[in-house]
Amino acid sequence: MDILQILSNTAAQILNPTTIGFVLAAIGLAVHFGFTGLLNMGVAGFMAVGAYGFAISILTFGLPWWVGALIGIGAAVVFALILGIPTLRLRGDYLAVVTIAAAEVVRLLFLTTAFREVTGSADGLSGFHTDFRASNPLPAFSGNVGFGPWTYSRDQWWVIIVGTALVLIVLLFVWALMRSPWGRVIKGIREDEDAVRALGKNVFSFKMQALVVGGVIIALGGIVTAMGTNVNPNVYVTSQTFYIWTALLLGGAATIFGPVLGAVLFWVVRAFLSNLLPALVNIGALPFLSGEQAQMLVFVLIGLALMLIVIFRPQGILGNRKELTFVK
Amino acid sequence: MSSDPTAAVSRPKTTGLHTGDVRPGVAKVDPILIADGVRRHFGGLTAVDVDHVEIPRHAITALIGPNGAGKTTFFNLLTGFDKPNEGEWSFNGRSLSGIPAFRVARLGLVRTFQLTKALGLLTVLDNMKLGATQQRGERFWTSFLPFIWRRQDQEIEAKARDLLVRFKLDAKEADFAASLSGGQRKLLEMARALMSEPELVMLDEPMAGVNPALTESLLEHILDLKDQGMTVLFVEHDMHMVRHIADWVIVMAEGRVVAEGPPDTVMKEQAVIDAYLGAHQDVDLGVVTGRIQGEHTAAEAELLVEIEEVEEGTE
Repeated sequence: MDILQILSNTAAQILNPTTIGFVLAAIGLAVHFGFTGLLNMGVAGFMAVGAYGFAISILTFGLPWWVGALIGIGAAVVFALILGIPTLRLRGDYLAVVTIAAAEVVRLLFLTTAFREVTGSADGLSGFHTDFRASNPLPAFSGNVGFGPWTYSRDQWWVIIVGTALVLIVLLFVWALMRSPWGRVIKGIREDEDAVRALGKNVFSFKMQALVVGGVIIALGGIVTAMGTNVNPNVYVTSQTFYIWTALLLGGAATIFGPVLGAVLFWVVRAFLSNLLPALVNIGALPFLSGEQAQMLVFVLIGLALMLIVIFRPQGILGNRKELTFVK
Repeated sequence: MSSDPTAAVSRPKTTGLHTGDVRPGVAKVDPILIADGVRRHFGGLTAVDVDHVEIPRHAITALIGPNGAGKTTFFNLLTGFDKPNEGEWSFNGRSLSGIPAFRVARLGLVRTFQLTKALGLLTVLDNMKLGATQQRGERFWTSFLPFIWRRQDQEIEAKARDLLVRFKLDAKEADFAASLSGGQRKLLEMARALMSEPELVMLDEPMAGVNPALTESLLEHILDLKDQGMTVLFVEHDMHMVRHIADWVIVMAEGRVVAEGPPDTVMKEQAVIDAYLGAHQDVDLGVVTGRIQGEHTAAEAELLVEIEEVEEGTE
């Protein structure tokens, strides 16, 4: 068992575009759930809409990559409006039911063979990176560059730079929003929307704005993921939504940096376990498991972790300690 | 303000609010709120069936009635939190039917809730600041540009602190509202409602769950509202409080207004006693237990004797 290799693989996960996309999605979900109290169970749907909007604009319509990104964002706005208009007037749980169904509808639309020409069906989409990679301002170099476990190719570095910059911009944006009077109304709605309504605030409009803002941030996560890899409908399944929920609750739902910490920790722990458990099986330390079962055990442990967080530390790692006393 | 009960009693009641004979639906000299034919059915049950009622301006009006009389439903209808099956109602001469709750609040009609709605995981100060209307920083596109809203926000904060001092909550300003006691939450909710400078304040059972020490101060606050030119409409079960501060009393039973008038007369009306108060309920529990030296009517005195006899019998 090569423990150094395992640790190196684990550390490399931190800058993986998938992790960065995950961080963005978790921040978007924090806007939805942590600050506004919207139970969005369709995170994967928002990510898929962003990623496919990006890829299809480039592949089918031959648009530049940044126009594709804007279209991905626009698609998320439309998706949020479609979900919000019928459900935001109802009690919160209805949004959860509608979003989980809508995310599945979106995934199945991308999966069906009826639109194979555009969506690639089960094969997904690939080969849309040329324009994005051509915009790379880094000096030309070949092979992998970096230090320690973080060595990447020129193309990969470009995705990492764009993704990290987006994370920083989004963090700044969410922080500015949440310390403003707008954020105060949003947090008030989370606590009791009737009370906020009685104070003369248009609760429906505020919830819709929050749904759109969070949805756009989640879609950015999908776009960054698509920049780094291919787009495949099997990624945007319901369990993806629950991974992002786990990451958010781990870090702290109503905090600015909680979703970042939670998402990175989630991927680090997941990478560590997926490297460690099969290695342990190989050296015979877990005689009751096969290699394949060891991979599955990772997800069992993640599920267990989610339960333990919700029961014992509902405010997350970065959440306010005082808040714990008042959790309903 | 003073928590001295004798000072509270000395405040004069507002009189001469109505024109013509005192009867259900009597016209007021200067009504702020007029409801006409407001009806609300829940399936086969008619929860509210008010033919005509007017709420007098610059006065404290109590809405009383037994449980299930439709008081809170009527509140919800007037404030846009529920929609009636039929009826018209207007505030300052402006029709409110079909107007959503948040717009009603912006027109100057704010309410509180029977089950207090303090925003638990916001600080007391943030709760207060939320109450101010027309905040520039609440618009999405200007919210992340603090130079647009900072000055206004500071003014709101100063106003919020003033109110918190008046309501003796200033020491709690940085605490989560969830850490307040039930009575303090009632105070906070009332103070928060005042942030919007309303014309009509509607309080749904302001005394429910408040301990006697806070009751006196809450009563003072309600009387202060009238002194500041606001109109108050409140639902209450505590008859002592109603008699103490209300200028006008409206009695509801089974969704209808069965009586109204000044507190002293209306509570003696046989219809009210029979239909709502019963023979025993118009004696404040405080009077019965001797906590308050109340003025006893003949019926109350009789009841006290009766109670003493029963107590002796059980001992």
